[in-house]
Amino acid sequence: MNAWLPKSVAGRRWLGLAPSYFVIGIFMLAPMVIMAVFSFLEPNPYGGVKPEGSMAAYVKLFFEYDLEDKLVFNPGYINIIFRSFQLSLGATLACLAFGFPVAYYITLQPENKRNFYIFLITIPFWTNLLIRTFAWIIILGRGGVIETPLLAAGIIEDSLRMMYTDGAIAIGLTYSYLPLMVLPIYASLEKLDFRLLEAASDLYASRLEVMTRVVIPLCKPGIIAGSILVFIPCLGAFIAPNLLGGGKKLMLGSLVQFQFASARNWPFGAALSMLLLAVVVVVLIFYARAAKKQAAIAGGS
Amino acid sequence: MSDQEHALSAPNKGKKVLPVGHYRGLGAWTVFFFVFLYLPIVVLVFYSFNANRTVMSWGGFGIEWYLKAFENDGIQKAVWNTLIVATVSTIFSTAIATIGALVLARGGNFRGKTISLGLITLPLMVPEIVTAVAVLIFFSAIGMNWGLGNVIIAHITFCIPFAFMPIRARLEGMDTSYEQAARDLYASEWETFRFVTAPLLMPGIVAGAMLAFVISMDDFIITLMVGGAGSTTLPVYIYSMIRRGLTPEINAVCTVLLFVSVAIVTAYWVVSKKSQTDTVH
Repeated sequence: MNAWLPKSVAGRRWLGLAPSYFVIGIFMLAPMVIMAVFSFLEPNPYGGVKPEGSMAAYVKLFFEYDLEDKLVFNPGYINIIFRSFQLSLGATLACLAFGFPVAYYITLQPENKRNFYIFLITIPFWTNLLIRTFAWIIILGRGGVIETPLLAAGIIEDSLRMMYTDGAIAIGLTYSYLPLMVLPIYASLEKLDFRLLEAASDLYASRLEVMTRVVIPLCKPGIIAGSILVFIPCLGAFIAPNLLGGGKKLMLGSLVQFQFASARNWPFGAALSMLLLAVVVVVLIFYARAAKKQAAIAGGS
Repeated sequence: MSDQEHALSAPNKGKKVLPVGHYRGLGAWTVFFFVFLYLPIVVLVFYSFNANRTVMSWGGFGIEWYLKAFENDGIQKAVWNTLIVATVSTIFSTAIATIGALVLARGGNFRGKTISLGLITLPLMVPEIVTAVAVLIFFSAIGMNWGLGNVIIAHITFCIPFAFMPIRARLEGMDTSYEQAARDLYASEWETFRFVTAPLLMPGIVAGAMLAFVISMDDFIITLMVGGAGSTTLPVYIYSMIRRGLTPEINAVCTVLLFVSVAIVTAYWVVSKKSQTDTVH
C-alpha cells in the first residue's frame, strides 16, 4: 500500500512533521519575524506602516517631542510597563501564597480524592476567561455582591469604589491564573517522599523547619514553573485591566491592543510586543538554567 | 503514605497531635480557596435568572433573558461563527497534531527532535497578545483578507499544541508490544496502524480534539484582533455587550457558554481517565 510514502525513515519523519512546521512556521514564526521588522518602520497614520526604517517606536518608549521639537524624557510608558511588572509580580506572589497550601493539602489526601480535587481546579481554567472576569464586575462593582449587604447592614455608608483600581486588576489576575500555579506545584509535591519529612522530624526539626527546609526546597521546580506560568500571561493580560481597570489603568497587554485598535501606531505596538517577547525569552532562559541546576543536584545525590 | 501518617498520630497528653507534615488550618484554607474559585461562577449563573433589567439589582426569578438571548440575531450569528471556527480548527489542528505526535513519540531519536517539539509547543509559550499582534500584522502585510478564514487559520495554529499534548501522552503510555505482535503476525505497516495503533490511540485523539475545541471556542483576544467586522465570535460579541452596558442577557449567554465548556471538559476528563485505565494492563 504505502507506495506513496517515502522509503527512508528520515523521509517519513519529516513528512509527518511537515504539516506542523508548515502551519506554525508560516502562521506563527514568520509573523513574529515580520512583527520585528514592523517595529523598526514608520507608522502610517491610517493604520499599518510606511516602508521607511526608523527607531521611532523604541524612542517613543522613553522620550517624546516637546513643543520645540526637542526630545525630552517621558516616563508615561515606562510607568505603565513598571506597573505591569508590579501587578504581575503581585498576582504571582498572591497565587503562590494562596495556591501552595492547597496543592500541599491535596497531596495529603487519598489518591481517588486527589484526582477529584485536581478536576475541580482545572474546570474554571477551561472556561472562558472573559466570562470569569466579567463575573468579578458583578462581585466588586457598585451595588454588587460585596457592597449591597454591607450597605444594607449599615457597615459602610458609601460605595467602596473597588472597581477600576489596581486592586481589582490584581484580584482579577490572581483569579485568572491561580490553577496554573497549583497544578505544577501539586505535580512536584506528588513525587515527594514523605519519609524525608519524618526523618527531619526525628532529627529534631520543628514543624516550620520541616516545611521550610525539606518540603519547599524539594518542590522548588514546581514553584518556579508555576510562577512562570502565572507571571507571563499576567504581563500580557488584556481582559483583566480592560474590564476591571476600566481601560484607564493600562497594562502592557492592553497598551499593545490600544496601539492597533485606536491609536493606529502599529510600529509602537510591535515594539511593545517585542519587549514582551524579550521578557518571555529571559524568563525561559532563567527557567532552563534553574531546571539544569536542579537536574545536576538530583543526579549528583 | 497514609499508613505512616496513622502510625505517627499517636495521642500525646490528651491533646491531639498532628502527624508530621500535617498543618493546622490547611483544610479550612482549601475550602476558602474553592469558594474563591467558584464564587464568581455561581454569582454569574445566579444573576442570569434575574428578571430585572440591570444585572445587579435583583428583581425576582425569571428566564426571560435566556429567551431574549436566543432571539438575538447578533448572538445567533456569533454562535454560528464560533461553531464553524471551532469545528474547522479542531479538525485541522487535531489531524496535524496526530501525525506530529506519531513521529515524535514513535520515530525514535533523531536530530531536530527537540527543536520540533519546541516549535509545536511554541504557541503555548508566546503570550496571546503577541501572537494576536504578529498574526494581525502578517495578514495585513501579505494582504490576506478572508474574513472568517483568517480567524480559522489563527485558531488552527494555536490549537495544535493543545491537541498534541494528550495525543503524545497517550502514545508514550501505550505499550509498543501490541504493534510488534501485529508486525510479527505479518500485518503490513498500514494494517498495524489501522487495526492496532489507531484504535488504541483513539481516546488520546478524542481528548486532544476536545481540548482544541474548548480552546478555540473560548478564545477572545486573538479573535478580537484578527477578526474583521463579519467574523464576530461569541466571546467577542459578549465583550461588545459588556462594553454597551450590563444586562442579565450577558449572564444568560455566558451561562450557556460556560456549561458547554464544562460539559466538554468533564467528557474529556472521563475519556482520559478511561484511557489511563486501558493502558494499565
